[in-house]
Amino acid sequence: MRRSSDDRKFRLGTGVFAALVLLIVIGIAVELTRQSTLSIAKFGLKFWTTSIWNPVSGDFGALPFIWGTLYSSILALLIATPIALGIAIFISELSPGKLRQPLAYLTDLLAAIPSIVYGLWGVFVLVPFVRKLEVVTPGALKTIPLFQGPPLGVGMLAAALILAVMVIPFTSSVAREILKNVPSAQREAAYALGATRWEAIKVAIGFGKSGIIGAVMLGFGRALGETIAVTMVIGNSPQVSASLFKPQYTMAAVIANEFTEAADELYLHALIEIGLLLFIITVGVNMISRLLIWSMKRRVAAPVITPIVPAEEALA
Amino acid sequence: MKWKSLVVFLFVALAACQPNESTTPTSGSSLTINGAGATFPYPIYSKWFDEYQKTHPNVRINYQSIGSGGGIKQLTEQTVFFGASDGPMTDAQLHAAHGAILHFPTVLGGVVPVYNVEGVTAPLRFSGSLLAGIYLGKVTKWNDPAIAKLNPGVKLPPNDIAVVHRSDGSGTTYIFCDFLSKVSSDFKQKVGVATSVSWPAGVGAKGNEGVSGLVRQTPGAIGYVELIYALQNKITFGDVQNSAGKFVTASLESVTAAAAGVTMPDDFRVSITNADGADAYPIASFTWMLLYQHPTDKARSAAMVDFLKWALSDGQKFAPGLGYAPLPQPVIAKEMQALANIQ
Amino acid sequence: MTANLRRRKLFSRLFEVLCALAVVIALIPLTMILFYVIKEGAGALNWDFFTKMPKPVGESGGGMANAIVGTLILISIAALFAVPVGGICGVHLAEYPSTKFSSVVRFAADVLNGVPSIVVGIFAYGLVVLPVKRFSALAGGVALGFLMIPIVVRTTEELLRLVPGGLREGALALGATRGRAVFGVIVPAALPGILTGILVALARVAGETAPLLFTALNNRFWSTNLTQPIASLTVQVYTYAQSPYDDWHRQAWAGAFLLVMMILALSIAARVAVRRLERMNRP
Repeated sequence: MRRSSDDRKFRLGTGVFAALVLLIVIGIAVELTRQSTLSIAKFGLKFWTTSIWNPVSGDFGALPFIWGTLYSSILALLIATPIALGIAIFISELSPGKLRQPLAYLTDLLAAIPSIVYGLWGVFVLVPFVRKLEVVTPGALKTIPLFQGPPLGVGMLAAALILAVMVIPFTSSVAREILKNVPSAQREAAYALGATRWEAIKVAIGFGKSGIIGAVMLGFGRALGETIAVTMVIGNSPQVSASLFKPQYTMAAVIANEFTEAADELYLHALIEIGLLLFIITVGVNMISRLLIWSMKRRVAAPVITPIVPAEEALA
Repeated sequence: MKWKSLVVFLFVALAACQPNESTTPTSGSSLTINGAGATFPYPIYSKWFDEYQKTHPNVRINYQSIGSGGGIKQLTEQTVFFGASDGPMTDAQLHAAHGAILHFPTVLGGVVPVYNVEGVTAPLRFSGSLLAGIYLGKVTKWNDPAIAKLNPGVKLPPNDIAVVHRSDGSGTTYIFCDFLSKVSSDFKQKVGVATSVSWPAGVGAKGNEGVSGLVRQTPGAIGYVELIYALQNKITFGDVQNSAGKFVTASLESVTAAAAGVTMPDDFRVSITNADGADAYPIASFTWMLLYQHPTDKARSAAMVDFLKWALSDGQKFAPGLGYAPLPQPVIAKEMQALANIQ
Repeated sequence: MTANLRRRKLFSRLFEVLCALAVVIALIPLTMILFYVIKEGAGALNWDFFTKMPKPVGESGGGMANAIVGTLILISIAALFAVPVGGICGVHLAEYPSTKFSSVVRFAADVLNGVPSIVVGIFAYGLVVLPVKRFSALAGGVALGFLMIPIVVRTTEELLRLVPGGLREGALALGATRGRAVFGVIVPAALPGILTGILVALARVAGETAPLLFTALNNRFWSTNLTQPIASLTVQVYTYAQSPYDDWHRQAWAGAFLLVMMILALSIAARVAVRRLERMNRP
C-alpha cells in the first residue's frame, strides 16, 4: 500500500521535471510563432519566396537567407562527409588499437573548439587564404557563375569551408558509433568469403547504411544552425547566388546581426519568423536523422548508446 | 501574465540579496546605468564614462555599441536607461515609445569614405553623385571615367570596386544615406534614409569596426566609417565635394564649419549633411544621446543629467583628441536649458 | 594470386590510404587553429589580462578580468538550472523507459539538442529579458542552461540504465522506496559518469556566443550582479575581433586562448573521470 503511493509520488515528482523539458521545447515553438504573427500575417507564404529585405520600406522576404543557409550547409556536407566517413572508418576499422583513443580524442577536439575561435581563425587566416585563391583563379574560370564575384575573401566558399571543419567531428563521431555497433559477424562472414579489407568494410557500411546517413544528417543539422563563425566570414549580403565567391547571408547570421537593432515591430517579427523557420528546418532534419540512426540500431541486438556530442562517445 | 510576475519576483528577490555593487571598497552602493546605441561615438563615450567615473566612482555607465537602431529599440523597450544614435529618431519611432524622449547632441563627427586601392596614397576626390553611383552599383571599377575625371593625374587600377557597407542598423549609415539622398535622387528613391537599408551592392560588415577592418584587409574595397575609425586604423580616406563645389577633407574644422550655419530646432533634431558653407564638410552630423523626459528612476535620471552636464562642459575637451568636433557654444547653452526639462 | 585478387587488394589498399588521408586532412585545420590560437594568444596573456578591466577605445592595456568571471558565473547559473532539471528528467526516463510520455520527452530532448543556439537566445530574450525590461546575467545563464539540458538528460538516462539491475533489486528488497532506491543507491553508482556528462555539457556552453548577445549583453565593468548585464569571454572576444584596434585584436586572441584552454581542461577532466569510472566498474 505504502509502496505504491511512494512509487506514485516518485513517478509524479520526477515526471514534473521531465514535463518541464517538454514544456521548454513547446515553449520555444509557441514563443517563436507568437512573436512572428505580424510578419506571417502580412507576407504569408510569399515570405519564403521573396528576395527583398528592406527595413526602410517594410518589405521582407527570407529567400536569400534560406538559400544561403541551405547552400552553405550542403556545400559543407559535400566537403565534410567523405572526410568524416574516412576518419570514422579509419578509427574504427583500420587503425592500430593504440592509436584509436588518441585519434578519436583529437577529432573530437575539433568539436570542442568554440564557434567564436573558429570565427577568429576564419577572419584572420581563412579569409585571406580564400582571397588569394580567388585572386589566382584564372579569368576563364571566373566567367562561370560558380566563380563570379570580386575577390573579397569573405563569401560562400569561406563559410562552406569553415562549416565543413566544424561538422566533421559530429558526423565522424556518430559514424564511428554506428560502425562499432555493426555486429562483427557481418564482417567475419565477408572475410570468410574471401573479401579484402575494404570489401569487408563495405559490408559493414551497408549494414549500418541508415545509421550513417543519419550521422551525415546530424552534421547537416549542425551546419544549418551555426551562427557566429559563419557571420564572420560570409560577407552578410542578402543575395541569392550560385557563386562561391560572392558574399551571402544565412538565417542564423541575419538574426544575430539585426535582432538587437530591429526597431519596429514588423522588422522584429520578420526576423523571428526566420528564427521559426530555422527551428522547423533543424528540428525536421534532426528528427529524420535520429529516426535513421534508431532504425539501424533496432536491427542490432545489443543495447546501444547514441551520443549527442562527440565527446560523449567516450562514455559508451 | 503569470510568467511575467514570476520573473519580476525572481529579479526583485535576486536584486535584494545581491551585495551592494561597489567598485571601491570604501564607497557606498553604486549605480550602474545601462545604455546602448551608436558605434559612431563609442570611442568618445567610453573615454567620457571612464573620465567621469574617476570623479564620480559610484556611477558606472555601461554602454554597449550595438548600433543606433539597436539603441533606439532598446530605449523604446526600456531594456536600457539611455540610448545613443547618430540619426535622430523619426516621429514614428518617438510615437512608439512609452513616454517622451529627448535628444541631446553630444559631439560632432564626420563620416568619411575609406578605401584600399593599390598604389594610391594621396587622398582621392569623390563627389556626392560619384559615391551614390558606387553604392548603387553603377560605378564598378576603380578606373571608371567618373573617378578619373575628379582625380586627374592619379593612376587608377582597373580592379573591381569592392563595396562595403554596414550589416547592422547604424547611425553612420543614416548619416551617409542622408547625404547621398540629398545629392542623388536616384539613391533617395532606390535606397532611402534609415539606420538600416537595403543595399543594392556590396558586402555587409558589423559596426564601424567591422567596416574599417574589412576595408583594411580587402584590396579594392571602399567603405564608409566615422572619421575616428579611419584615423585610428590609419586607412586612407578621400575628400568629398561639398555643396559649394569644393573638395573638403574631413577634419575638426570642416566638421565644425558644417554645424556653424545651422539653426538648431528646439528638439535638437537636425541634419547638417551637405551643409552650406565654403569649408563645410558635407558628411557631418551631430550625434545624440536619448533620454526619457519623465523617467520613473529618479536616481539614475539625476546621475545621467549630471553626466551630460559634465560631458557638455568638461567633456568637450576630450573630443578633438579623438577626432570629434566639440559642439558650438550656443548649442551647449541651449542643451543645458533643455536638461532642466527632465524630471 | 589472380589478377582480380590483385586488383581488389590494390583497391583496398588505396581506400585505406584515403581514409588515413582523411584523418590527416581533418587534423590540419585543428593544428592550424590550435597553433594560431597558442601563438597569438599565449603571447598576449599576461597578469594584466586576468586582473584588469577593459580600457576605453584607443588606450592600450587593460584586460578581461570581468569577462573571465562573467563566463564562470554564466556557466554556474546554467549548471544550477540544467543539472537538477535535466538530471531528474533523466531519472524519470531511465525508470520508466517505455511509456508514451517518456518517448515524447526523449524526443523533445533530442529536438532541444538540435535547436540552434541563436533561437534559444531569442526564446530566453522573450522569457527573461522582456518581462523585466533588462538584460541580465540570469537571462544569459538560463539560455545556456536550456542548451545544457538535453546533454544532461541523455547522459543521465543512459548511465542510469547501465547500472546493473541487481543493485536496484537489492535496494528494493531491503525495503527502500523507489525514490530512496534510485536517489540513494543507483544515482550515486552512476555519479562519476553523470558528472562527466555535466562537464561535457559545461564545455559546450562555455564556448557559446550567439545566445548571450541578447540576453546577457555585455558589461565593461566588474559585475557579479545577476540582474545586470554581464561580460563574457565569448562576447568580448567577438566584440574585440571586429574592431580595428590592434591591441584589442591581441586581447581577442588571448581570450580565445583562454577559452580553448578552459574547454580543454573540462574535456580532459571528463575523460579522466570516464577512465576512472571504467576502472571502477570493471572487476
